[in-house]
Amino acid sequence: MKPAFKRGLLAWLCAVLLFAVSASAAELPALTGRVVDNAGLLDAAAESQLIDKLAAFERKSSDQVVVATIRSLDGEAIEPYANRLFRAWGLGQAGEDNGVLLLVALDDRKMRIEVGYGLEGTLTDLHSKLIIENTMVPAFRDGDFAGGISRAVDDIIMVLEGNAAELEARARRTQEQSAGVDWFGLLFVAIWASLFIGGFALAILPPIFGRKIGPNRYRWLGMNIDYGKKGRSRRGNTGWSPGGWSSGGWSSGGGGFSGGGGSSGGGGASGSW
Amino acid sequence: MLLSLPFSPARVRAFLVILLALPLLAGCGFNTIPTQEEQAKAAWSEVLNQYQRRSDLIPNLVETVKGYASHEREVLEGVVEARAKATQVQISPEMLTNPEAFRAFQENQAQLTGALSRLLAVVENYPDLKANQNFLALQAQLEGTENRIAVARRDYIEAVRQYNTSLRTFPTILWAKFWYTDAQPMQTFTIAEENMQAPQVNFGNGG
Repeated sequence: MKPAFKRGLLAWLCAVLLFAVSASAAELPALTGRVVDNAGLLDAAAESQLIDKLAAFERKSSDQVVVATIRSLDGEAIEPYANRLFRAWGLGQAGEDNGVLLLVALDDRKMRIEVGYGLEGTLTDLHSKLIIENTMVPAFRDGDFAGGISRAVDDIIMVLEGNAAELEARARRTQEQSAGVDWFGLLFVAIWASLFIGGFALAILPPIFGRKIGPNRYRWLGMNIDYGKKGRSRRGNTGWSPGGWSSGGWSSGGGGFSGGGGSSGGGGASGSW
Repeated sequence: MLLSLPFSPARVRAFLVILLALPLLAGCGFNTIPTQEEQAKAAWSEVLNQYQRRSDLIPNLVETVKGYASHEREVLEGVVEARAKATQVQISPEMLTNPEAFRAFQENQAQLTGALSRLLAVVENYPDLKANQNFLALQAQLEGTENRIAVARRDYIEAVRQYNTSLRTFPTILWAKFWYTDAQPMQTFTIAEENMQAPQVNFGNGG
């Protein structure tokens, strides 16, 4: 096979991969932690207190509550923006969708509590509306952003804890789920896939891509492959071994914080002050 | 039986490449169209689900408003009528490829949206009603439902975009042409004409 063709194929594959990676939204803020205070409404003490509170709550319930403040929505309505942000961050555990996003847009004077699918039944639209109208709006009107946000988070946690039985059941379900990464199944598939695809590839690819070094003998990827007379015995003189591979599970708590892959269908409420 | 093919290495090589490419091609495209079709249908079910939720809220809302503003008969009747009409036209996922049915559905729901917003505008004149706990609860639910409808519609539009694109682009178009010959592009929401006009702001002395 001509090297030019091989290079072209490689370039094409790279382009496909790159495209797949870069297809996500651009201008949303990064999820740097449980509190993303881009508008600078919280002082350091209030922020670290909030982070501790939210981390403790997630340890207990697996619910991910995240506070985000931004300066401006750039003309977008707060509802679609909050939904986009929620989904981009993937708040809540995958499959359980138990995330809550408290978003404040300072210049637009708007706030929203966006609730993941899994919590819509517990933290209803009405709860969210009441928290916004009764807790956040009065404090914000007085210019007490830190107090308003902190009390709103208390209220959210109180509502989520209010349904204690459901909370425990949810925490148990996600624990089982995260412990039960199916390593056995993964190993099984990996072994069979490598046997099948590897055998297939070794049978077919060396004559195509490899270098011929003798009658029925090819050198490819550092292996000498010999299609001998007695069937197809390969004698590998390999300076090549499969590299290690690893996959990341979800992590939460500890140093880095990332969304668990939850989603939201637009539950919650918005308000303005 | 002897093969009469000239068995040159180049031929063998080409044959092997095709043999390798075929399963890859199948992996690339064969499942795409049915998968995306099912995704679009699921997204549609969510749209219907949320419209249904809105429609379920309306009787309660109308009753509550009636208690305070019974003489706003015209507006209240408008909502009830629009609801009755909107619930008549239901689109099953199989009918999504039918432009007329889809347009009828969309128009009826848009009328209900209009009637509801007139009702909520009228309510502004009744401070007692606005302070009513029951009404506040209904209003919060209605707002949440309208937002869920918006999200569901957006998801549906995106799912249909992907499906319709697959029907028209390489390599999936090959499967659409030769295998899924009954796959039709699906209809999607368009913005109603009255919403495309810029809002008129009037600071005159109108009521």
